[in-house]
Amino acid sequence: MASSSIAGSLRHRANRGVLARLRGGDEISYLVTLACAVLIFVVVALIVAKLWGNSQPAIRAFGWDFLRTSRWNPNGGKFGALPFLYGTCVTSAIALLIAVPTGVASAIFLAEMAPPKLSNLLTFLIELLAAVPSVIYGLLGIFMLLPLIRVYLVPALKSTFGFLPLFQGSFYGVSFLSAGLVLAVMVIPFIVSVSREVLLAVPTEQREAALAVGATKWETTWDIVLPYARSGIFGSIFLALARALGETMAVTMVIGNTPKITASLLSPGYSIAAVIANEFAEASGDLYVSSLIFAGLVLFGLTIVINALARILILATSQKAATA
Amino acid sequence: MKISARRRIVNAVMLSLSGICTLLVISVLFFILGYLLVHGVKSLDFDFFTKLPKPSGETGGGMANAIVGSGKVLLLATLIGVPIGFLAGIFLAEFSGKTFAFTIRYVVDLLNGVPSIVIGIVAYALVVRPMRHFSALAGGVALGIMMIPIAVRTTEEFLRSVPNSMREGAMALGATRAQTIFTVVVPAAMSGLISGMMLNLARVAGETAPLLFTALGNMFWSKGWLEPIATLPVMIYNYAIAPEEDLHQQAWAAGFVLLMLVLAINVTARMVINRGHASSRR
Amino acid sequence: MASPQQQQIMTRESVTRPAETAASKTPGAACKLTARNIDFFYGSFQALHSISLDVPSHRITAFIGPSGCGKSTFLRTMNRMNEALRNTRVEGELRLDGQDILSMDVTTVRRRVGMVFQKSNPFPKSIFDNVAYGLRVNGISRKSVVEEAVERSLQHAALWTEVKDKLHKPASALSGGQQQRLCIARALAVEPEVLLLDEPCSALDPIATRRIEELLFELKEMTTIVIVTHNMQQAARIADLTGFFLLGKLMEIDDTKKIFQNPGKKETEDYVTGRFG
Repeated sequence: MASSSIAGSLRHRANRGVLARLRGGDEISYLVTLACAVLIFVVVALIVAKLWGNSQPAIRAFGWDFLRTSRWNPNGGKFGALPFLYGTCVTSAIALLIAVPTGVASAIFLAEMAPPKLSNLLTFLIELLAAVPSVIYGLLGIFMLLPLIRVYLVPALKSTFGFLPLFQGSFYGVSFLSAGLVLAVMVIPFIVSVSREVLLAVPTEQREAALAVGATKWETTWDIVLPYARSGIFGSIFLALARALGETMAVTMVIGNTPKITASLLSPGYSIAAVIANEFAEASGDLYVSSLIFAGLVLFGLTIVINALARILILATSQKAATA
Repeated sequence: MKISARRRIVNAVMLSLSGICTLLVISVLFFILGYLLVHGVKSLDFDFFTKLPKPSGETGGGMANAIVGSGKVLLLATLIGVPIGFLAGIFLAEFSGKTFAFTIRYVVDLLNGVPSIVIGIVAYALVVRPMRHFSALAGGVALGIMMIPIAVRTTEEFLRSVPNSMREGAMALGATRAQTIFTVVVPAAMSGLISGMMLNLARVAGETAPLLFTALGNMFWSKGWLEPIATLPVMIYNYAIAPEEDLHQQAWAAGFVLLMLVLAINVTARMVINRGHASSRR
Repeated sequence: MASPQQQQIMTRESVTRPAETAASKTPGAACKLTARNIDFFYGSFQALHSISLDVPSHRITAFIGPSGCGKSTFLRTMNRMNEALRNTRVEGELRLDGQDILSMDVTTVRRRVGMVFQKSNPFPKSIFDNVAYGLRVNGISRKSVVEEAVERSLQHAALWTEVKDKLHKPASALSGGQQQRLCIARALAVEPEVLLLDEPCSALDPIATRRIEELLFELKEMTTIVIVTHNMQQAARIADLTGFFLLGKLMEIDDTKKIFQNPGKKETEDYVTGRFG
């Protein structure tokens, strides 16, 4: 053969044994990439360990009382996180109350009605909303949203629902309501984008079957498509909830940072993430720092559980669609 | 079949409502953009990019140190988060068995859901406390951890989208598995990988909470990697809650710059990714 | 004949032993590749049952049979491509020039036994880099050597005149037939002793198919060719030897003429005369 030099040198190289195999790099790349994958477990374990370990002083000192008492007194060494927990839950609830209907309705429009091209463009824009940094939502919250709420929303609420304890008391701008509104805007993109995916995964035959028996577009969507995608949509809502619970900057900037438990949504409040953001850098004394970390642990636990639920729900829908 | 008037009205009303909701959400985006544009451009000047912040009480000054600081912290974060995530993603896409891959993916998703403020606490405990110093490094570690999940999922997704025939083609020529991955599969996925990593970077570029007690902040230039360092997002936060009107102007300017940066990366990266998907489907 | 298990163990010592059953059916041709009692399993499903055959050197051997009969699986066993799939197992004895393929370093096997696939799969690289790829991963990077080998391979694949002015253009710019010839050139560059082709023309039009067939005919001079085809006419046109697979078994392998005119088995006759599904 004319070119036996190449075949010869290839054969020569192939016989170099261990060294050649190392050059091929299979074992090394397997081990290195495996190590990185395992490192992710380590990071998560480290997060849990650091939170757990560093909150020990607070756990020993207060136990469950930490979540049941309301006095937060760094000077007196008394730490009860109930008002923060309350604020976190209330603001997240307001956010979901607004974001779920709006978000799911938008997802329905994008998945079921809009022509694909328009739908892709609008989804693209909505997903850009999710990319806006939270500190910018906070900035806009302070300077744009608060005046709007004060001038238009609160007077309207007071005149229509003023008899409810929810909308009584004086309003300074910063409040549970403001934080909830900002959060709503922040989590809507998540609900829209995940719900739309889930709706698009519903098999077309399901729709056609309903339309074929004379159902209107809306009836098809409401009676057939939504139930089919239910768990996935709940997944998207839980995802949004986890995000709202953990959101820090935007809430810190508009909630008022006052540890208070009150029925009025117009009153300033506080949240777990906000208190950590505000006080951690300047906290002095082991118990104080440890209490803040304990609060972080609680937040971590909450979001992990809700995230885990969300993933399971979304997975369930995608598998249902895959087997259908 | 004739559809009753009531059903027809319900149909029309509900469908238009869903359209209105979409319109509402989209208009929020343009409202934000418009508002920031108006206020940001007004306050933006050359000094913003070149001068240090002025001491409290004086007007003027800029955020040169925070711009450089953000760059430094993000560089550290990329150096930490991207390699780990990229290699773990390779493991998931190319080596791993099903069950193990499922477990890793689940853990990655959980890590992705950890609130950023909690990541901040962990970075504080890992870096700041042992070194007894707020530092750029601590901020980089915090953001680096936050970059891992997206880096993993991006890598896995784009490597999986490379057709198997590429792998077979390379292996049939006597390439080892590693050579196949690094000389054929990864290059074939390169534009998607880079775009994905840029999106990842854009996401953490705006993170504030994990930097509050890791990178802290600094009114001056920060030397090296072990000193407290100013970053744009933290600067925006501090100036926005400060009482002086002049600082608010600075915050708008910084917010505008940050948002433009983040959105520009998002738009370009997503366009590259979409184009790639479209061409691979053909 | 020793059992497969024993054969697995006594690997190295048998390297120099001549293939005992070489060329039993094709006088005048040395035996390049031998298979003895090859069983192949996907998980618990047995896809191949005790395949034994000899592939003569510098000849074209074709495998025909209905789809799912195991012909492609067997082809992919010959250069151990199936190992990339999970949950697969192969038993039996496979020898290349008397050397045990199953215990050889797998990358060496694949370099010596090249493969061209059903669907052309050029890498998203330039034409030149595609052909040079096999050399580079095998550690040959001297520019002059690589350039010479690329040109020679493209000439052997009858593609040189068409691409010599655009070697650094992306391979995806070529037509379907050209891409498949590029994949053949890519395989030829590492000078494989055996070239396996898995239905290489199934995605091509008749003109491109004819070019490839002519090409294979010329390549016999250089290498040993094994081709899987679903097209009986193709086997009849180009193959020296044809094997008929059915339900994971090799029913019969013989001179192509004999298989098509006077097959030894009823099933083969049914298939080649079109009486079979």
